[in-house]
Amino acid sequence: MAPISTIHYLVVAAALFILGVIGVLTRRNVVIVLMSIELILNAVNLNLVAFSRIWGLHGQIFAIFVITDAAAEAAVGLGILIAFFRNKETVNIDEVDLMKW
Amino acid sequence: MAPLATTFFFYFLSAVTVVSGVLVITRKNAVHSALALIVSLLGQAALYLMLYAPFVAGVQIILYAGGIMVLFLFVIMLVNIEKARKEDQFNQQWLVGLAAALALGALFVLVYVKGRALFPDRAILMPEQANTQQVAVLLYGNYMFTFEIASLLLLVAIIGAVVMAKKRI
Repeated sequence: MAPISTIHYLVVAAALFILGVIGVLTRRNVVIVLMSIELILNAVNLNLVAFSRIWGLHGQIFAIFVITDAAAEAAVGLGILIAFFRNKETVNIDEVDLMKW
Repeated sequence: MAPLATTFFFYFLSAVTVVSGVLVITRKNAVHSALALIVSLLGQAALYLMLYAPFVAGVQIILYAGGIMVLFLFVIMLVNIEKARKEDQFNQQWLVGLAAALALGALFVLVYVKGRALFPDRAILMPEQANTQQVAVLLYGNYMFTFEIASLLLLVAIIGAVVMAKKRI
């Protein structure tokens, strides 16, 4: 077996990223769409930490900032979800069309 | 000869992470998705440990698996998922969405195959004990301004979440 190098981690991160994109584009439940966004952000984090193995610690700092960003995004996104659920009694993303017309 | 345990743990942890990632986007019940996402995040934290990033691994477990996922589970309890479970799980454009995602995957494969030389195999030697210290020196030194902006972002997010979720302001 080949020793584990950076490209192995990149492939795992790419797989997670694709899974997240599929979840965002195909699911109807808003909660699961938000979770898929978390998957995407995590894939980016894995890339950053894997690169920090080659080019120094700056990647890990960026990963911490991305985690901060994910926390903020989850808080605001779930707040919007609660406000939306109070108004329309649904969590389906294709019924969120108030601003479309 | 490279140590075998590293290889084994890498493939084991990647399998755990990716399989629970698949479970996240395929389960009907949102609670099951959230639990699968927690398993995926923990597997990823272990991968960070393998990459000599113990501080990021700790932050991942405390903040993601501990904080953000609790937030998700609370919101799942607040909204009515029983009704959503009986409805269609995928939207009407799911075929187009899947095709777009797979095209993106093909792009990734192309980049990683053609640009193999961009990702060298070398790894710098990282001290295992002083990681937290070095991260702190960078965070409060080079990235001081960014750090302050991040705190401002969190403040805005807190205010935004309260304003959104409150019935009457």
